[in-house]
Amino acid sequence: MSETAQKDAKTADNDVERRLNMIEAINDALDIMLDRDPDVIVMGEDVGYFGGVFRCTAGLQEKFGKTRVFDTPISECGIIGVAVGMGAYGLRPVPEIQFADYIYPGLDQLISEAARLRYRSAAEYIAPLTVRSPFGGGIFGGQTHSQSPESIFTHVSGLKTVIPSTPYDAKGLLISAIEDNDPVIFFEPKRIYNGPFSGYYDKPVEPWKKHEQSKVPEGYYSIPLGKARTVREGGEMTILAYGTMVHVVESVAREKGVDAEILDLRTLVPLDIEAIEASVRKTGRCMIVHEATRTSGFGAELSALVQERCFYHLEAPIARVTGFDTPYPHSLEWAYFPGPVRIGEAIDKLLSE
Amino acid sequence: MAKASTPKSGDADHAGADDGFSLKALQEKFEAQRRYDASDDEMMRFYEQMLLIRRFEEKAGQLYGLGLIGGFCHLYIGQEAVAIGLQSALDNDRDSVITGYRDHGHMLAYGIDPKVIMAELTGRAAGISKGKGGSMHMFSTEHKFYGGHGIVGAQVPLGGGLALAHQYNDDGGLCLAYFGDGAANQGQVYETFNMAALWNLPIVFVVENNQYAMGTAVKRSSAETEFYRRGAAFRIPGMDVNGMDVLEVRGAAEVAFDHVRSGNGPVLMECNTYRYRGHSMSDPAKYRTREEVQDFRDTKDPIEGLKKTLMDKGKSEDELKDIDKRIRKIVGEAADFAENSPEPDAQELYTDVLVGQY
Ligand SMILES: Cc1ncc(C[n+]2csc(CCOP(=O)(O)OP(=O)(O)O)c2C)c(N)n1
Ligand SMILES: [Mg+2]
Repeated sequence: MSETAQKDAKTADNDVERRLNMIEAINDALDIMLDRDPDVIVMGEDVGYFGGVFRCTAGLQEKFGKTRVFDTPISECGIIGVAVGMGAYGLRPVPEIQFADYIYPGLDQLISEAARLRYRSAAEYIAPLTVRSPFGGGIFGGQTHSQSPESIFTHVSGLKTVIPSTPYDAKGLLISAIEDNDPVIFFEPKRIYNGPFSGYYDKPVEPWKKHEQSKVPEGYYSIPLGKARTVREGGEMTILAYGTMVHVVESVAREKGVDAEILDLRTLVPLDIEAIEASVRKTGRCMIVHEATRTSGFGAELSALVQERCFYHLEAPIARVTGFDTPYPHSLEWAYFPGPVRIGEAIDKLLSE
Repeated sequence: MAKASTPKSGDADHAGADDGFSLKALQEKFEAQRRYDASDDEMMRFYEQMLLIRRFEEKAGQLYGLGLIGGFCHLYIGQEAVAIGLQSALDNDRDSVITGYRDHGHMLAYGIDPKVIMAELTGRAAGISKGKGGSMHMFSTEHKFYGGHGIVGAQVPLGGGLALAHQYNDDGGLCLAYFGDGAANQGQVYETFNMAALWNLPIVFVVENNQYAMGTAVKRSSAETEFYRRGAAFRIPGMDVNGMDVLEVRGAAEVAFDHVRSGNGPVLMECNTYRYRGHSMSDPAKYRTREEVQDFRDTKDPIEGLKKTLMDKGKSEDELKDIDKRIRKIVGEAADFAENSPEPDAQELYTDVLVGQY
């Protein structure tokens, strides 16, 4: 069963009124882990001197020095491979891949080495790296700054895939990811770094500070991997989402006045299947929303699981709203993005069936 | 040291003492006459072409500021002499070109209508790639220009493939493959060097060393910052070229192209240059000083440099000003066109791609 984010948190009750955006929350998590564990090392393109293209690592090199936080050449395969070796020797590297779209040169190292080292060495060696990478669209980034490749990683046994949707979660989940002994792909939805996104690109960005989930306590807390967050409870349908789409779905549901239960999955592997099952059994209807392309997207896996486990409770076919099976476009971004119109239509259809 | 006397070492410029490979073989030839002996007409053409790139990029920067160009847009200002010096020496009926995402200048060097380039930047249907590629991904089969590639370093193996196809077809063409100083640290670049040398491919690798990869100065990311040396392990001769002087670049192109066309295999040319603007349009530029940028603008600018040469040759200030006026008009028209032409039809999302029918 999912619990609320606050309950999940194993936190000291510090100043809970402090409000951070997602970038600051990630920075905070890295800061804390660098401080707590001398084996934690932050590395990547422009993460040190420059502080990261999205500023997630700003100030960390100054604080922890160049042996703990350092720049790498533009060599994704090398960055990830080196991190695997560092991990095998006992360090806990947190490499940043500047955009998820640039992770592909490192795929061989992730799939053939990181994901399998523990298995094939019968757990003599592990690869406890956490690969942080901004992902997703909605920033007019075209093909090479917008992709959502999560299902490439969820398909690989041995990798965990984590996707936060709020500052609070980003911090707690990142801390858990770094502490985890398995390799974790930590995808940060860059569209919502600075504020949640309603799906209406022509409306001004709402800053995080107006959002409950921007209350980020100081100090250490962690959120376990594999626990979904109930964004809101409802009885008419269950909507499964993660990352940016959590907020888009929430705004559409609010706007349409539909009594939807929204689950933010938070981690795709491990998956909180109990929470999903309980919700769908209750509502009888299920909709899955993701930005990634449809075919073999994570929605396909979710859909299969839901029908395996909830078939006799379903009152309508499971609905999927996803990106189209095309590259992410340069122009026509908002025709491509699975926004309020497509989600709204899918909600109507699901309720009418 | 015992090692110093082994036959494999010796002169650092030689990969091995066993045969005639010399890293600087072409450099010596080039240094005998660095600057290309251009006619007045040629020089005027270079001037016009470089100025077109400069003004086009300035305009693109403005359109970006107005929100007409979105996402990522990398300007070529400061580096004009590289594309013009090299591409003016190509045989466009045979040779191919491929580059990274900082590609506007390379397209303009072909004389492609600035309108369709600008319209690609604004993502319009009339753009050279139907608005589907954007600033970083532009192509022209007509000119054998194979793009614009957003993934750092990815174009280099493709260049190897283009060269292999030239060789296979025995068409006499060569491939000019550009990449940045940052891209030079991608592993696939070296896989390609090896194949190109092993198979004697007709390719000129060009490192546009503009001193920075985003916020990273060359010396902070590269163990060997003399990029022209990086082919030595693959027995590829290197050339070290002042990329701020179009005549010098052209002079180097003559030597390199001649070497490749004569069937001698690849060349690695480093063009030392400088980008005046930020990496892309959102760049706080905290990684270098204003003075450094200003110094390049004031003392090494490729356009100002050529202007001086032209005036020494007797061209009048007015004559050169007229060129600028004409170019500003062309660029202004390109901007209007790019702003006013329609977006692609939504159907275009589904064209030119394999899509399942569900
Ligand atoms: C594989 C990959 N990694 C990272 C990036 C992000 N990125 C885009 S440009 C760039 C810097 C490249 O610098 P350089 O090769 O010197 O070219 P320049 O921008 O100076 O022309 C980086 C890191 C990318 N596009 N692709
Ligand atoms: Mg560079």
